[in-house]
Amino acid sequence: MTATWAGQRARPGTVGTGTIRADAIPKSRGDFAFSSDLYADGMLWGATVRSRYPYARIKSIDFSAAAVMSGVRCVLTHHDVPGRNRFGLEIRDQPVLADDAVRYVGEPVAVVAADHPEIARRAAEAVAVEYERLDALTDPRLALSGVGPDLHDGGNVVAHHRIRKGSAEPAADVVVRGVYHVGTQDQAFLGPESCLAIPALDGGVELYCSTQWLHIDQDQLADVLSLPLDKVRLTLSGVGGAFGGREDLSVQAHACLLALRTGRPIKMVYDREESFFGHVHRHPARLEYEHGASADGCLVYVRARILLDGGAYASTSRAVASNAGCFACGPYEVPNVSVDSYAVYTNNPPCGAMRGFGAVQSCFGYESQMDKLAAELGLDPVEVRLRNAVGTGSAMATGQRIDGPAPVAELLRRVRDMEPPAPADSSTCDDVLMPGGAANTTHGEGVRRGVGYGVSVKNICKSLGYDDYGTARVRLSISGGEPVAEVHTAAAEVGQGLTTVQAQIVRTELGVRQVVVVPADTRVGDAGTSSASRQTWISGGAVRAACEAVRDRVLRIAAATLGAELSELWLADECVRSERTATDVPLAELLGSTNVDETRVFRHRQTFPLDPETGQGDGHVAFAFAAHRAVVDVDTELGLVRVVEIACAEDVGRAMNPPAVEGQMHGGIAQGLGLALMEEVQVVDGYIQNPSFTDYLIPTTLDMPPVRLSILEIPRDDSPYGLTGVGEPALLSCPAAVVAAIRDACGIDITRIPVRPEIIAGCA
Amino acid sequence: MRLSCTVNGQRRDIDVCPAESLLFALRERMGLPGTKNACEQGECGSCTVYLDGVAVCACLIAAGQAEGGDVVTVEGLADDEGPHPVQQAFAESGAVQCGFCTPGLIVAVHDVLSHSPRPTDAAIREALAGNLCRCTGYEKIFDAVRSAAVRMSAEGKRR
Ligand code: FES
Ligand code: FES
Repeated sequence: MTATWAGQRARPGTVGTGTIRADAIPKSRGDFAFSSDLYADGMLWGATVRSRYPYARIKSIDFSAAAVMSGVRCVLTHHDVPGRNRFGLEIRDQPVLADDAVRYVGEPVAVVAADHPEIARRAAEAVAVEYERLDALTDPRLALSGVGPDLHDGGNVVAHHRIRKGSAEPAADVVVRGVYHVGTQDQAFLGPESCLAIPALDGGVELYCSTQWLHIDQDQLADVLSLPLDKVRLTLSGVGGAFGGREDLSVQAHACLLALRTGRPIKMVYDREESFFGHVHRHPARLEYEHGASADGCLVYVRARILLDGGAYASTSRAVASNAGCFACGPYEVPNVSVDSYAVYTNNPPCGAMRGFGAVQSCFGYESQMDKLAAELGLDPVEVRLRNAVGTGSAMATGQRIDGPAPVAELLRRVRDMEPPAPADSSTCDDVLMPGGAANTTHGEGVRRGVGYGVSVKNICKSLGYDDYGTARVRLSISGGEPVAEVHTAAAEVGQGLTTVQAQIVRTELGVRQVVVVPADTRVGDAGTSSASRQTWISGGAVRAACEAVRDRVLRIAAATLGAELSELWLADECVRSERTATDVPLAELLGSTNVDETRVFRHRQTFPLDPETGQGDGHVAFAFAAHRAVVDVDTELGLVRVVEIACAEDVGRAMNPPAVEGQMHGGIAQGLGLALMEEVQVVDGYIQNPSFTDYLIPTTLDMPPVRLSILEIPRDDSPYGLTGVGEPALLSCPAAVVAAIRDACGIDITRIPVRPEIIAGCA
Repeated sequence: MRLSCTVNGQRRDIDVCPAESLLFALRERMGLPGTKNACEQGECGSCTVYLDGVAVCACLIAAGQAEGGDVVTVEGLADDEGPHPVQQAFAESGAVQCGFCTPGLIVAVHDVLSHSPRPTDAAIREALAGNLCRCTGYEKIFDAVRSAAVRMSAEGKRR
């Protein structure tokens, strides 16, 4: 039944063609409604009272002064949570509103609703919370060692994953060791957390919000609100970026509580500072590595011990720690492996999902080690990687054989063989393009160029036996004499272009021109999360399956109507075509007022949990790979870095919408460059020091260099259209490549990202 | 307090609180949420609008400062014939992902091109350094600016 799609690839708006996003013009005109843009008559504004301490017992909450302020409608504390006062993605350990204790600075303690956001903010300030301060546990190494208070029942070790493969005492000719650190990165999506909650006549609530996964929000909210699922109805609003930071609940429960209590619509919008406290961050990591290799540069063993600071609540720490461990050896053949990865509770800000999900931290560690090994052996850094690169059929550290494409060597060669950027020439070069940029700190003196490489691997889709699926409903009807296909999923468009891909799939499968993508909501079945680079694969697979079901029914209707054999009919150009009689029957004529409406669920192949002692098993659906080459100019006196160019090669399986794939890669590279050089949530004794775009710097147009992409399309045989996930890989090894280039430029060892100028300048 | 000004060619008389920014007044009091609020500290450019012909961060302007002024927002750039060439170029170049930065960038690019119809790549980078985008890595935004410049000179359009 592939007749409709063969030969029709080039039709505009179908799979594989560059397709303009349907939301691009509304977004450009300012007509697209983000969750922060929503409005309802009579709506009130919510504001949050947050903990000022990293760890304290709550002795009392006095909101009498706030409650009597003019314009204040209600103040709620944990006493007002009708259901279970806990939420969380893996373990429901996080209070919606703190009850007995607060465990991080910024933890929500109470919420307020008022007529105006400024009144709400002032009322929140007027809520008097009496705390008894406790000694905060902010050092993850102490948390791991068992020293200090238990922040949760069961102790402070949230996760410990082991991988043991091969011999415990392997012999190697050369050994390199290193300890590496990765700072806390923020997703810094541009649209702050926001939502509109509207109380419904049936006692339920309608929530319009930004999220990555509507159904998991619904599930947690129903328990918090003590409502049946069908009374907690969510609709996705415009989402201003996500990158993992919208997997956990933020404003959702608070707004629903206030709406149900006041009987009025509640709007909540964080400002940028509150946003830094309002979502989880990328786990900061400490990575101890030991690599052993033979004299010819083949890896003999890898030992690693990875410690992630999960902060005050679990969020996705278990899965992140598992990923950090599973990919601790990188895309290399390693016969003997011993890895321990841990996540711990501390009184630091909670950490969870961010693009790359544990694989980013490990990549900085193992790629730093590969460069060290190359130096030790006097080998070229690319060569040592090529000698060890996995390919199809290789075993990962978990013992899983890679049965899909694994063109690691090809990706490396591609970035290596790209034309290098022109050398810096201070006579012609704009000073803005020098390290230090517009600050005009050098005219080229003290500037050295360096080149570095990185290669990486990450799992695509959910892992370790999780039953992951997506649901799609497709409805074909005739409207105004034309066939119109409507596609409805709960899959979150967070900026990646999913809505457009869904429409491309429908056009490809049904051959119709008009496709309407219905807003994502919980009226349709679960789509799973827009994370793990999985949504185009999973929800795309569901949309394709639903289209196939629609097509099948249309052809059956045609066979019955025309008295034809099913096998001789196919869909093309909005007609049913009969091969035997060479006739076309327009869909409009055939269907008339009949609607063909089908819902399908799509699952990827099954995965399995890893053995708890050895970490061995077929835990992953697929592996994706990327390679980077970074070229930098470093002002060795001031320690300033100018990235001259980043090249990235990635296998995407099938580029569903090529410009969108490029856009994902560009964006991932920018976030990787940010992590390498400038982005860090600085936390001292549990307090965030820089919760603003003044002090938390993300790359600007002047920080980003020209980027060169090389996109491979090696189709998979187990995914829709052969695609693989593209959201994450282009970030993974970008920081490692940038740091390798800095080391190459100035010959010093760098073990921590983001790299600080004082380290490069040797004055730290 | 009362604020009277022209917004996208229309005279508006509204009530505002003294502490409110022009951004808040546009978004919450005039029903023009196209202008975005990503930092409210003058760091991200997503709130860029024209005030009396000058591109400004609406989050840094008190609503009262617009008294008697002429404000143009992203919603005011398209005309009856359709989107402005800058808007069209953003859409066609793939410069829009989540789109939260887009309205501010559209106004900023409109401003750049009205002063400098064929900017160099370095000039584009410098001119847009105050507009943060977290999704695109800026590459396709630069493509959009170059394409908009070509379109606007072909159409003889300056604004
Ligand atoms: S919201 Fe005005 S500059 Fe960021
Ligand atoms: S497109 Fe998302 S911030 Fe620019």
